[in-house]
Amino acid sequence: METLKPDAANYQSLLKHYIATQDEHSLYGAEQITKQFIKNNIPPEEIVNLHIQAMAALYPDLPEYFRHSMKFLLETMISYGIAHQEYHTLREQQSELKSEIAVAANMQDTLLATTKPAIDGLDIGVVSVPAHQMNGDYHHFVTGEDGSLGIAVADVIGKGIPAALCMSMIKYSMDSLPERTMRPQTILKNLNRVVERNVESSMFITMFYAQYLPADGKIRYSSAGHEPGFYYNARENRFEEIKAKGLVLGVDPDTDYRQYERVLHQGDMVILLTDGVTECRQGDRFIESEEVLDVIARFSHLQAQDMVDKVYKHFERLQNFRLRDDFTLIVLKKEV
Amino acid sequence: MTMDLQSCVTIEKEWDIVKARQLGREVAQKAGFGTVDQARIATAISELARNIYLYTDGGKLCFEIIDNVEQKGISMLSVDNGPGIEDISQVMEDGYSTSGGLGAGLPGVKRLVDQFDIQSEKGKGTEIRAVKWVR
Repeated sequence: METLKPDAANYQSLLKHYIATQDEHSLYGAEQITKQFIKNNIPPEEIVNLHIQAMAALYPDLPEYFRHSMKFLLETMISYGIAHQEYHTLREQQSELKSEIAVAANMQDTLLATTKPAIDGLDIGVVSVPAHQMNGDYHHFVTGEDGSLGIAVADVIGKGIPAALCMSMIKYSMDSLPERTMRPQTILKNLNRVVERNVESSMFITMFYAQYLPADGKIRYSSAGHEPGFYYNARENRFEEIKAKGLVLGVDPDTDYRQYERVLHQGDMVILLTDGVTECRQGDRFIESEEVLDVIARFSHLQAQDMVDKVYKHFERLQNFRLRDDFTLIVLKKEV
Repeated sequence: MTMDLQSCVTIEKEWDIVKARQLGREVAQKAGFGTVDQARIATAISELARNIYLYTDGGKLCFEIIDNVEQKGISMLSVDNGPGIEDISQVMEDGYSTSGGLGAGLPGVKRLVDQFDIQSEKGKGTEIRAVKWVR
């Protein structure tokens, strides 16, 4: 124990000083030296031994019973020492795992990257934050040759790495679909078959797919069991739920999806989200969906990106900065 | 290399664990180990002996002083005719035995000594050799 030598002298002098004065200063010194011990991974039995030696040096005539008692204490510390070392090793392994996952998360970001497109007359805001390191939510923008904009929002039931792996598959299936099939109901029908074939039955994926047609100011959409979004009617200053029926992806290979459409007017908004938004919790209480709308309404005068950022910050704080589920919120605002 | 005569303890009853500790500690003392290392050796012996006591029909622990030109130490040999360990990697994993509160387990023994070797054959038994050097 080479590292113990300078500390040993220090310990002895602190102990001596303390026995003479019982002052706080020596105790503060003891605290500092403990930090050094922990940093150098000194097991508790070594510290007890240090104490034994210091006492023997300071008081050569220590009573026999006291010396025996200290040896007894030392013996009881051995198993603590092993537990301490084990803890140390497990902690190292944990940090290795964490950095491996960080690499994977990084890779996922690259794989699933999507850029928010610039569409005349449509203000878009997006925020997507994973609860843990890897995101089980997914969103994607596709601009078609006809100028239409496709927006996918999906959520794997479950979190973390399995969910994230699943999402990579969804993304590549979507990429491989031919352009002309980019209608919401066709896309969901195709993805449904991919998920049914490739994902084990215990895993469910929900998706909302919307297609915005700038020329008509129209939005078409279909949902595969996804958390309903909201439509904001500017003229009536009113939110309503976007109702769209459809089975979760991967359950029945022959499912057909219904397609809905709606014309957007100036100032109207479409809000797409995952259940990480609507199932925010304050303490043990799930928030009500009216509360989500209240918060959205509070920031609705802002630009779409500012708006989603502010809403996210609000809920992040509400949940003490610890998300329980991946959080994705997309806002489309029709400007003209 | 010169070696003392081996001293062994047969492990059948829980009391034999104490005997093994006692004998091991005496050998360690003779080899010149300090107080802390003596305590560590006793703890390692406890773990080895407890494994024999709990999981086999019997076995023994033998100690000897190793004294070669460079260093001095103690060798602890644990031999049993138990069921053997099927997955050694698993029992050597941290947290495998400790999670049930069973004690330090074999990884603990490995940490307490300088050299550790284990061989096991299913149905035949297990042999563990642990060596610790005087610092």
